[in-house]
Amino acid sequence: MKDAAAIALFVLAVGAAALAFDSGVALNFIMMALYATLLAQAWNMLGGYGGQFSFGHALFFGSGAYVQAMAQLHGGIHAWAALGLAVGAAAAVGALVGALAFRYGLKGSYFALITLAFAEVFRILALSVPFTGAGVGLMLPLRAAASNLQFDSPRGYALLLLGMVTLALAVTAWLRHSRFGAQLQAVRDNEDAARALGIDPLRTKLSACVLSAAFMGAAGAIYLQMFQYIDPAIAFGPTTSVEALLGAIVGGMGTLWGPVLGALALHVLSDLTRNLFGALPGINMVIYGLVLVVIVTFMPRGIAGIGRSVRSLWQGGRRG
Amino acid sequence: MAEPLLEVRGLSIAFGGLRAVQNVSFRVPRGSLTALIGPNGAGKTTLFALVSGFLRPDHGQVFFDGRDITGHPPHLNARAGMTRTFQIVQPFALQTVRENIAVGAHLHIAGRAAALAEAERVAERVGLASQLDKPAADLTVAGRKRLELARALATRARLLLLDEVLAGLNPQEIGEMIPVVRAIVEDGADSGVTVLMIEHVMQAVMNLAAHVWVLAQGQLIAEGSPAEVTRNPAVIEAYLGPGTAERLRKAHAP
Repeated sequence: MKDAAAIALFVLAVGAAALAFDSGVALNFIMMALYATLLAQAWNMLGGYGGQFSFGHALFFGSGAYVQAMAQLHGGIHAWAALGLAVGAAAAVGALVGALAFRYGLKGSYFALITLAFAEVFRILALSVPFTGAGVGLMLPLRAAASNLQFDSPRGYALLLLGMVTLALAVTAWLRHSRFGAQLQAVRDNEDAARALGIDPLRTKLSACVLSAAFMGAAGAIYLQMFQYIDPAIAFGPTTSVEALLGAIVGGMGTLWGPVLGALALHVLSDLTRNLFGALPGINMVIYGLVLVVIVTFMPRGIAGIGRSVRSLWQGGRRG
Repeated sequence: MAEPLLEVRGLSIAFGGLRAVQNVSFRVPRGSLTALIGPNGAGKTTLFALVSGFLRPDHGQVFFDGRDITGHPPHLNARAGMTRTFQIVQPFALQTVRENIAVGAHLHIAGRAAALAEAERVAERVGLASQLDKPAADLTVAGRKRLELARALATRARLLLLDEVLAGLNPQEIGEMIPVVRAIVEDGADSGVTVLMIEHVMQAVMNLAAHVWVLAQGQLIAEGSPAEVTRNPAVIEAYLGPGTAERLRKAHAP
């Protein structure tokens, strides 16, 4: 109940901001922050609530983006219908990779590596075959119309993304208050104990993987609509994977609002560094890395858990 | 004799050259409270893992409620009504006591609110009612043992395999825990829970169990009432070494 109210408040506030501002800078900021939030929240479903740390979530992102592009360019399918296909395709890739990884009991760093490996395989495949446009990529013609899932101002994308983020928040809230979510967290915290209590870990983790992949696929499809261009490096390269997991980890894994806070914080940080040190290319990645080290060392629960982290540091300090 | 709830026939498993469980057979009657005892390393926990499905036996069969469940995975066995606890407690540390127990309750209850309410009722039965909102990580050892028990109970199991729920407790805590275990079997409330426990604390075994099996080096060496098996020379020697039974008898002879 509290979660539903908080989500409603969030939608009202961000929606009002998107409608009120007219400056391109502000609308762009809202759009990109929501986009980063969607990535982080999608990763959080599997990583935060399922404890399965993927290092290759771009796999699902890229699958969604390419299916969205190919369905429209090669299949002549309506953009909104293509969005459905893109989400379905990403979920199917999630089911396939999840089934392979969890069937053979890959956990922790092994799961991270297998997802990274699959993303690389898909990147190389996309580079090699003609229907993905190989190295050239695929370019979508610009025809701005809501029916075409394209907008002439960032406001349209911001509102579309807000809808998607709201859906992701609702699903995450459901994970917090449902049988499936309780079982998923039980598997995360102790797989053997969960099995003894009648939970099938394979099915539980697989479902979470499919759910997470579907939202990643939606993010990929929307990315394509925003920039009208996709190539193998953008689709399956590590940048998107890192952005997704960083937002969730910095904000607080396994929380409802952590990925929102994390995505926002990182987005502000990267804008600031780009403006302040624009002359030094790549410096924003250096600062990203430093921030991650500081967060993981001193705030293991992320921004959302800052209160508890400070308290336990304080108590630890007094005890020690 | 009525059909037993659990029947184990000729169960064996070897890890490389170590024959951890060898040709073990026994039958657990419905509604009973029985115990499996034996010295450290006898294979008791391995036997539990074989029965509950965490390990697959090399030979032999397990029947639960008349059905052959040999090799079924643990989550299917739990759904069928057999749940084990762990000697080394395995709480979902990040979650509260209430949430921990609700995971067990969710096996048969879909609704979140109903499962949380059920968790409260189960917590009362094992004496955890005052600690429902604590994170499981903050519980004492005794509290964690109770939590193991509560989670298993919440699945509405018909057979509970309790792996040393008293180990690591002080005498006072053991005294408090014994009636809790007895009440599980005797309570009319959930008619017909059967308990098979692995236990080292002989005070508890003497107090609780109607029937005891003794496992040593992977084999059953004796069974009977607790008083019978503790007089059995083979059992004494398994615990204290060869020749001890003879020496003890001489020492006690007038």
